Amino acid sequence: MNPRDFKRLSLILLFMPFALWILLLIVLPHIGMGVLALREKVAPRVYEFGFGNFIEFLHEPIYWNTLLRTGTMSMLVTALALIAGFPIAYYIAKIAGRRSRGALFLLCLIPLWVSDLIRAFGWILLLRETGVISGALQAIGLIDGPVELLYNDVTVIIGLVYTVILFMIVPLVSTLDGMDNAMIEAGYNLGGNGFTVLRRIIIPYAMPGIVSGCIIVFMLTAGSYLTPILLGGKNSSWFTETIYEQFITRYNWESGAAFGFLLLAFTSGVVWLGLKLSRQTLAGTVAKS
Amino acid sequence: MTSQADYDLECCNVSKSFGPVRAVDDVSFEIPSGSFFSILGPSGCGKTTLMRMIAGFENPSAGDIRIKGASVLGTPPNRRNVKMVFQHLALFPMMNVQENIAYGLRCIGTGKAEIQRKVKDVLERIALPDVGEREIHQLSGGQKQRIAIARCMVLDPDVLLLDEPLGALDLKLREAMKIELKLLQHQFNTTFVYITHDQSEALVMSDHVAVMNNGKFEQVGAPQQLYHHPASAFVAGFVGDANRWSGSVLETSDGRARVETAAGFSLVCKTGGGQSLRRGDSVEVFVRPEFIRAERGDAAPAAAQTGDDSLEGTVDSLLFNGANSRVLVRSGTGELIEADATLTGGPEDARPGDRVRLTWSADQALCFATQGGGR
Repeated sequence: MNPRDFKRLSLILLFMPFALWILLLIVLPHIGMGVLALREKVAPRVYEFGFGNFIEFLHEPIYWNTLLRTGTMSMLVTALALIAGFPIAYYIAKIAGRRSRGALFLLCLIPLWVSDLIRAFGWILLLRETGVISGALQAIGLIDGPVELLYNDVTVIIGLVYTVILFMIVPLVSTLDGMDNAMIEAGYNLGGNGFTVLRRIIIPYAMPGIVSGCIIVFMLTAGSYLTPILLGGKNSSWFTETIYEQFITRYNWESGAAFGFLLLAFTSGVVWLGLKLSRQTLAGTVAKS
Repeated sequence: MTSQADYDLECCNVSKSFGPVRAVDDVSFEIPSGSFFSILGPSGCGKTTLMRMIAGFENPSAGDIRIKGASVLGTPPNRRNVKMVFQHLALFPMMNVQENIAYGLRCIGTGKAEIQRKVKDVLERIALPDVGEREIHQLSGGQKQRIAIARCMVLDPDVLLLDEPLGALDLKLREAMKIELKLLQHQFNTTFVYITHDQSEALVMSDHVAVMNNGKFEQVGAPQQLYHHPASAFVAGFVGDANRWSGSVLETSDGRARVETAAGFSLVCKTGGGQSLRRGDSVEVFVRPEFIRAERGDAAPAAAQTGDDSLEGTVDSLLFNGANSRVLVRSGTGELIEADATLTGGPEDARPGDRVRLTWSADQALCFATQGGGR
C-alpha cells in the first residue's frame, strides 16, 4: 500500500463515525419522519400522499396557539438568561482573578452533572404545597395556609432559565475573554461613561457570543420537555408535549411527525430572523464558540 | 504656584505600592507645554504604572498629579483631558475608522455636522483622507497607528500618552514611524508623553527623556545630555552601547581617577555623576565603542595625546552592520572590547587575528561607584 492510499484510508476511517452519526441518527430519521408527515390516513391502514397533517394543524387553534406560546415563552426565557448570564459571564471573564475564574466556571458547571430530572425534582421539593418555601413562609408567619408555587408559567420560566443559563454563559465568557482590557480602558479614556462603554463597546464586541448563546438557549428551551412538564404540570401547554401526545397517547405518528417538522421550521425561522436583525451569521457566531 | 500653567503635566512625589511592592517610588517631574517627553526604562521599572496613574486607571498611593496646573486626583479617567494610545492600540474592531474617531466626540455630545467636519479634518492632518469608511482590519500597521493617534488628537487633549505603540511593528516601519510621530507632535503641538524600553525611540524623538529604574527616575534630561553625561551607572549602561568593566580605584585627582580593572589593566577615567571616589572604592567603568579608535599594530603609533588610555589586542571578530560596524578586540588580559570600525570591504579593513592598538580619551571613560546590590 503506498502512502497516499494509506492517508486516504485513514481519513475515511476517521471520518466514518461522524458520517455514520449524521446519516443514521440525523438524516435517516428525518427522512422517515418526512415520509410519515406527508401520509394522510384515509381509512384504517390506508394512506395517501398529502398535506392533510399540516392542514389539520392550521385548523385546530389549540395546536398553533401552543406553538406560539412555546415560541414566545422560549424567547422570554432566552432574554432572561441573557440578562442574568451577561453579568455573570462579565464577572468571570473580566473581573475575577485568574485563579478564581476556573473555580467560578466549575461552579456554573456542577449542576450539569446532575440529570435534568433530579434538578427539576429539586425545584419541586422547594416549591410544592408542602415544600420548603411554603413551609418556611408559614413558619415565619407571612402566610396562613400552605401555598402552591408549582404549576404556573412563572415557575416554568424560572426552571427553564435555571436549566439553560450555562449555555448562555459559556459562549459569552469565551468572547468576553478574547476582548482586550485595553479596549474597555480606551472607551473610558476617550470620554465614555460606564453606560456608553457597555452599549457602544462591550455589547457590540460580545455580539457574536450573545447571538450564539441566544440561539443555543432558544433551541434548547423550545425543544425541552422535562422541565415544562414537571414544573408546569398538565396545563403547561408546551409544544413538545403536544408532539409526545400525538405519538404516544393518540398513536397518531403521522400528525406527530408533521408537528415535529413544524417545531423545527418555526424555531429555525425565529433563529433566522434573529440573525438577520442582529446582522450576524451562523458561521460567525455558533461555529466560533 | 506662579508659572504652573506653563506645564501641561506635573507629578509631585508620586508613589504607588502594590502590597509590599513599590512600583513607583517618589517620582517628581514637570513637562513644559508642547514638548515631547519620554520615559525610558526596562520592563517592570514602573513606567506603565506611572502612565496609568496619569490616565486615571490607577490611583497614586501618595503624591499629586496636576494637569494644566489643576490636580486630577479625584477625576475619573473619562473626565481627564489626557488621552492615551495603547500598546496594542485598542482600536474598536466593530467600528470603522470614522466611527472610531467619532466615538470620543460623541461621548462629549458634539453635533453630527461638527463630528463630520472634525473627523475629516483630523484624517487630512494625518495624511489619510480616504480611509474613513474602511474597517480596522483593512488597515496596515502604520495606518492603524496613525488612526489611534488621530482618535485621541481629535479630542484636543492637554496631554497625549503613548504606551510603547511601536512595539508591534516591524523594524523598517518602526524607523519610519519614529520620524512620523515626531512630525505629528510638531504639527499638533501637543505635549506627548512617550513610554518605551527602546532607547533609540526615546533618543530620536524626545525633547526630554527620563530614565526610570526600580520605580525611580535615575536622570531627566535632553537626549544628548543623557548620552554624553549620564548621571549614574544605570543610565550609562542603559542608554546607548558601552564597554563595561568593573575595577577598583588606585588614585584620584580633580575629577579623574586611575582605575585598575578586575582583569588587571589600568586606565584613567572621569568620575561621573559628581561622585567623589576614594582609593580602593570599587567602580564600574563605561567606554562607548564610538570613542575607541582601533589602529593596526603595524601602523605608526598615532600621536597619542597624553592622558589617553590605550590598550593592545587582537581582533577577535568583525560585527558587520553597515555604517554601525564594530570590531571585537580581545585584549592582552582577556577581555572583549567593542570598538567602532569603518568596514569598506577594501584591503585596509581589519581582519580577525590582526594586532590592533585601541586608544580613547580619558574624558570619554566614565566611572561610577558600584552600587551595593546593584546589577
